[in-house]
Parts: sequence; structure tokens; C-alpha cells
Amino acid sequence: MRILAAMSGGVDSAVAAARAVEAGHEVVGVHLALSRMPGTLRTGSRGCCTIEDSMDAQRAATTLGIPFYVWDFSDRFKADVVDDFIAEYEAGRTPNPCMRCNEKIKFEALLNKAIALGFDAVCTGHYAQLRRDEAGNIELHRASAEAKDQSYVLGVLTRDQLEHCYFPLGDTPSKALIREEAERRGLGVAQKPDSHDICFIPDGDTRGWLAEKVGVRPGEVLDQDGNVVGRHEGAHGYTIGQRKGLHLGVPADDGKPRFVLSIRPVANTVIVGPKEALAVREIAGGRMSWAGEPLSHAESLFACEVQIRAHADPVAATAQLVPVTERTEQHRAEAEFEFVVTPDEPLLGVAPGQTAVLYQGTRVLGQFTIDRTVSAVSPSAVAGVNA
Amino acid sequence: MAIYFDHAATTPLAPEVQEAFVAALATVGNPSSIHSHGQASRALLEDARERVARELGADSAEVTFTSGGTESINTAIKGLYWERQSDRRRNKIVVAEGEHHATIAAAEWLEKQGAEILWVPLDEYGRITPDALRQVLENVDADEVALASVIWVNNEIGTVQPIAALADVADEFGIPLHVDAVSALGYVQINFSAQPLAALSISAHKIGGPVGVGALILSRNYEVESILHGGDQQRGRSGTMDVAGAVAFASALELSNAGFEERNEYLRALRDRLIDGVQQSVPGAVLRGAHPTSERASGNVHFTFEGCQGDSLLYLLDSKGISVSTGSACHAGVSEVSHVLLATGLDERTALGALRFSLGKNNTEAEIDELLAVLPELVEIARRAGVQSAS
Repeated sequence: MRILAAMSGGVDSAVAAARAVEAGHEVVGVHLALSRMPGTLRTGSRGCCTIEDSMDAQRAATTLGIPFYVWDFSDRFKADVVDDFIAEYEAGRTPNPCMRCNEKIKFEALLNKAIALGFDAVCTGHYAQLRRDEAGNIELHRASAEAKDQSYVLGVLTRDQLEHCYFPLGDTPSKALIREEAERRGLGVAQKPDSHDICFIPDGDTRGWLAEKVGVRPGEVLDQDGNVVGRHEGAHGYTIGQRKGLHLGVPADDGKPRFVLSIRPVANTVIVGPKEALAVREIAGGRMSWAGEPLSHAESLFACEVQIRAHADPVAATAQLVPVTERTEQHRAEAEFEFVVTPDEPLLGVAPGQTAVLYQGTRVLGQFTIDRTVSAVSPSAVAGVNA
Repeated sequence: MAIYFDHAATTPLAPEVQEAFVAALATVGNPSSIHSHGQASRALLEDARERVARELGADSAEVTFTSGGTESINTAIKGLYWERQSDRRRNKIVVAEGEHHATIAAAEWLEKQGAEILWVPLDEYGRITPDALRQVLENVDADEVALASVIWVNNEIGTVQPIAALADVADEFGIPLHVDAVSALGYVQINFSAQPLAALSISAHKIGGPVGVGALILSRNYEVESILHGGDQQRGRSGTMDVAGAVAFASALELSNAGFEERNEYLRALRDRLIDGVQQSVPGAVLRGAHPTSERASGNVHFTFEGCQGDSLLYLLDSKGISVSTGSACHAGVSEVSHVLLATGLDERTALGALRFSLGKNNTEAEIDELLAVLPELVEIARRAGVQSAS
């Protein structure tokens, strides 16, 4: 195959490219320029967007003896990932920009360009596995290295995208083995630290960064009964389930800590309450996709596991694809169907905007963006984003 | 088989130059030293300086060797600017749009120190007309202008500027003119004293010399403030002098000038073969830069390919063993949208489809034909990949 290896400058994508070369494929390395004004040197745990990272990727490509180019996706990245991130926060939701980047940049803009230029697949250093069922349909599965599994952030990929993906690290049991292999292959990035934080927020201070982009919009923090218990400088700075940094002037009656229960972006208020009130018994959303062949019986209840964050544990649940008949303001305007998922145990700290990925065992079924949640405490109280 | 069409970026080291370079590298002695070793080195260096001066129509006292084009340009622009503040405030700098980044960035750095840049517009072919320069100078108190700077041959689109006429206009207003001749060297006959110039910048590696050697030709009538302070080894420059580099530059320049007519005639024929071939076989390819080919550098072919992104085409050609450039400046491996093309009136999307083929004397007709054989299909493929932009 002719393979385009996306090389971030990190150890994973370097080893992935090395394995593609070793498997006999014709490999070309590409580093994606995502920032219009890249920093010169890597700082802390952000490891993909500086000139140093680009140079690291180039050095790795040189070691592998493959051609290497830098392709500019900074305009697309700004429009589809950064601006989307701001807009989602402004709407009171909690987006995952890495998923958005996978969906719109790596496996859409890059993949489409690669295919148009004659490549068969895009290779990345993601920890996930591709398999085929007996009928030959492609399936996305969790990685062997449980701690590093990244199938969650790939849950947005569709069958057509998966057909052109190549994830050579999926069956390696641990990251330590990848680092050893990088060392053995003479790759200079073998001991480069992992990246964790959001790449476009240079100091990791998401709230400060958002305040700069969105501005300061002072408003009130209310308890569940509507009493003012504090003030905030912008509802966009809060995430559902957040406990730290609330600076509430009025203590709770029972003296227990309070958590952000919901965010009302239009009224610019933040609602806080006790931990129990965070419990959610149902989540639903209309922006959804199947990672491979759709389940044939999805309109009837089916058993699955649901995962709502990249590093959360999956929770047993029942799910169903339901036609949208009655539309509330929490429903996504354009959706005709939505996934409705009932976890066996209530979920805590679920924020609209987060992605719910549905699994059966190791297999990723599909995903949706959570539009609305139903509280486990009071069935009538809908937590989440309210106008 | 690898084909190199990026001579505007750098040229192969000529074998004769390599020989002279290596021989000079063996010389022991700092040319600033007083002893016999130093004197022997000094003799080689000054001999090289005279040779360079002779080839460019300058006095040897007017030749300062530098580390290359960027240093020469920075010394000329910053050095003249500072020097020109010595008797009165002259905070205006006249710079043409579409200059090389060495010029633009130096001027913009001075802007942060309080300078004001007056931009001379380009026409659609990338030309700086004497009228355009005159218009800028007529609208300003000439006593407040520190200097003007123009490029002789545009490094992207190959437009040859009417330097003699521009120099006359600047002279009429009493303004020192610096000429960036880095991409002109080898393609136009340079005679420094034939028109009133304050300074001229050149670089050896554009004509078969080594990288890391350049020269600033600085008229006797002007001085510059140094940007490198130290032992004042040369006019306007401190630092131990690079004897071997100077010798190599002199050899490259003599070689280039000796073969000037023959080489340029050959390159014009190659260039026109490529231009005609692309125009006949690639729909949506538009020649940029000067159309009257007398105003176009002999080695320069520059097209925009509608609906393509230059970096896709660059990759596709590279995969066939053909090295070309998008022509514009690179930042961390990414080609910027060409400010030159924007200055000629193109929109950003069209400018992203740019590709520059810069030819050298070692290129052959067969190589041009090989390029023409694959280009139409590759343009079609690149078109399918589209243009990456926010829309």
C-alpha cells in the first residue's frame, strides 16, 4: 500500500511510521502545521505544534529513510477545532477538541487529501485496533495496551474513514515497549515526554485562555432553589461536575461541597448543588455516527457499554436509536434520530458537548455528542444546558 | 533520475570553484595578522576583493565580504538607516512591495524602532516602475527619507526591474538606493558604477559558489553603521575575514561572467520551451511575472495552477524525482502565501497554487520534456486534492 504517515514529532507516530515501512509499504511522512504562529520550542506537555516538534518528526523520517513534508492545515484547524471549541464553551457545552481534530482534520482534511494524491491509507500512532468481522466489515477495537487505549477519541470515524486508516500500534501491550522499540530503531524521540493537554492552549490554562477569547461576562451562581450563592466572570469558564474554583460566598446548608450542576449560557448563570444532584440516569444526543457497520437492531433496546471521557471507565448500559418526535431546546436542531442511553448505574459529571462512545466488549459501535441529560435525583429536573 | 529545477534556492557548486575553494582553505593565517602567514592570507583575500570589484564594476574599496545575502541586505538597510540619522532625523524608508523577506523584515524591524515604511506598489507583472517610485517620493519630504531599497530581479516571479531608471529617480531626490541583487547575479549584467547606487547585495551560492559567502558593494559616497561590532576588519563589518570564501566567490563570479551570454541564451531557450509547453498542455496554468520575456530572468518560470495547492504539486513532482519550489518563503516547512503574488493583485486562493521552476545551466531539454510529460496528469491529481483553506 501507499501510506501517508502523519508524524506529530512524538514517539508513537514515529514508531507507527517505522512499522509501516517495515511491513513493506511505500511510506511518506507528513507533519501537520496546525498553528499559524507556531512556537519555537516545545513547552511542558504540549507535544505537536511547535517548530521543535516538526523538526523531531523530520528527524524521525530521515532515520526511517522516507520522504517528509509539512502540510499546512492551520486555517482548517482554526475554523473546525479552535473556533468550534470556543463556540461550544460559549454555548455551555464541554467539547473535546482532540476528537474534533480527528474528525475534521486528521481523518477528513488530511485523509481526503491523501486519497486524492494517490495514497491508500493514513497511518497514525493511535492506540486502537482495526479488525474485520466474518463478512469482511471493518471494525474498530480497543488497543491491547489498556492504559493507552485511544479508541474513544477515534469513535467519530465512520466506516469509509476506517477503511483508509492504519493503526500499527494497536496490538502492542504497552507504551514502554514502544519506547524500547524506538530506542532500538535509533529514533531520537524515544524518550520524548507524552503530550496531554490541549495543544493550542500554550500554558494549559483553559479557563484563562477562554476568558481571553470570549471576554469577561460577569454573572450569578445560583443554587437549585434559585438563590444567589456567588458570582462568576463568565459561564463559559465552568464545566459540569466542577468543584474547584467556584469561590462561593454562601455556604451550603449542610456544609457539604457543591458542584456545578448546569450552565445556562443565555441567562449567563451557573447552577450549583450537592454531588448527588450530579447523578444522571439518561443521556441522549443527535449528532451521531457508526464506527463501521451500523447495528441492524439499533431501534430496539440493545446492551452496550458507554464511555463519556477519554480516560473514564466504560459503564454497562442499554441504548436505543430513537426518532425525534418532540423537540425541546436541548435537542439538536437538525437531528432526526438520537441515541438515548440508560446506564445501569447513574453517571456523574456528564456535560453536554462531551462525546459518548458506545462499545460492545472491545468493539466501538459508534458515538454521539451528548445534547441533554436526565437527572437521576429528580426525574423532572433536566440537568445540562438550559437557555 | 533526479531533476533539479530549484536554482533560485541554491545552485550546485561549480567544480572549478570547489577546487579554488579547497586550495584556499589550506592557507594558514588570519589576514588581519601582521606576520608573513597573515600577509599571505591577506594577499589572497585582497586579490579576491579586486577580482570581485572588477567583475562588478566597483572599486575594491567598495567591496565588503559578508556571510551572504541576508547579512549584506541587513547591513545595507539598517546600516544606512542608522548612519543617515547622524546629521538629522530621517525616519522614512522606501521599500517596494514584493521584496525578499531579508529586506522586508529588516525594514519592519526598524519600523519598531520608530522608522516609517513607504511602500512602492508593484504592477500586475511585478514591476516597480520609475513612475511608482517617483510618486512615493513626491509625496514626502525627501530630506526625511533615510534610504530606498529595491530588488533587481524578483526571486519568486523573476521580474527584472529597470534599475538604472529607478536609480536615477532616487538620485534626483538625493536618496541613497540599495539594490538587492542576490537573485539578479548571473542573470543580469551588473555594473555597479553605471548608475548612482549607494549599495548592492549579492551572494555566492546563487552562481555556483559556496553557501555562507556574500558581499555588500558599498559606494565610496556612503558609510554604514555596522551591525556586527568588533575588530572593524572591513568597512561596515567586524569579524575574521573568510579568505577561502572570498576566493571561491571571486572564482564563481569570474566563471559566471565569462559564460554570461552563452548561458543566458541557453537558459532563455529552455525557459521558453517550458513556458510554451506548460501553456499548451496544462489548462488553468497562468504564467506569473513579466510576460515580455526581456523583463524576465532567463532561468525563471513561474505559474499558478488554478484549483491546486502548490504543496500538493510539489509533493507529486518530488515523488517523480523532480525538485521544484512554491517560490514563496517557508516557515517551518510550510510555504507561506506569496506576498509577491498578493502584491501583483492575486487573491490568496490563486496564490496558493503557485509553483516556481528555476533553471540552471546543467538542465537539459530532455529534462524539460520529462517534466512536461508528467505535469498535466499531476496537475489533475493535485486539483482533486483541492486547496486547503478555511472555506
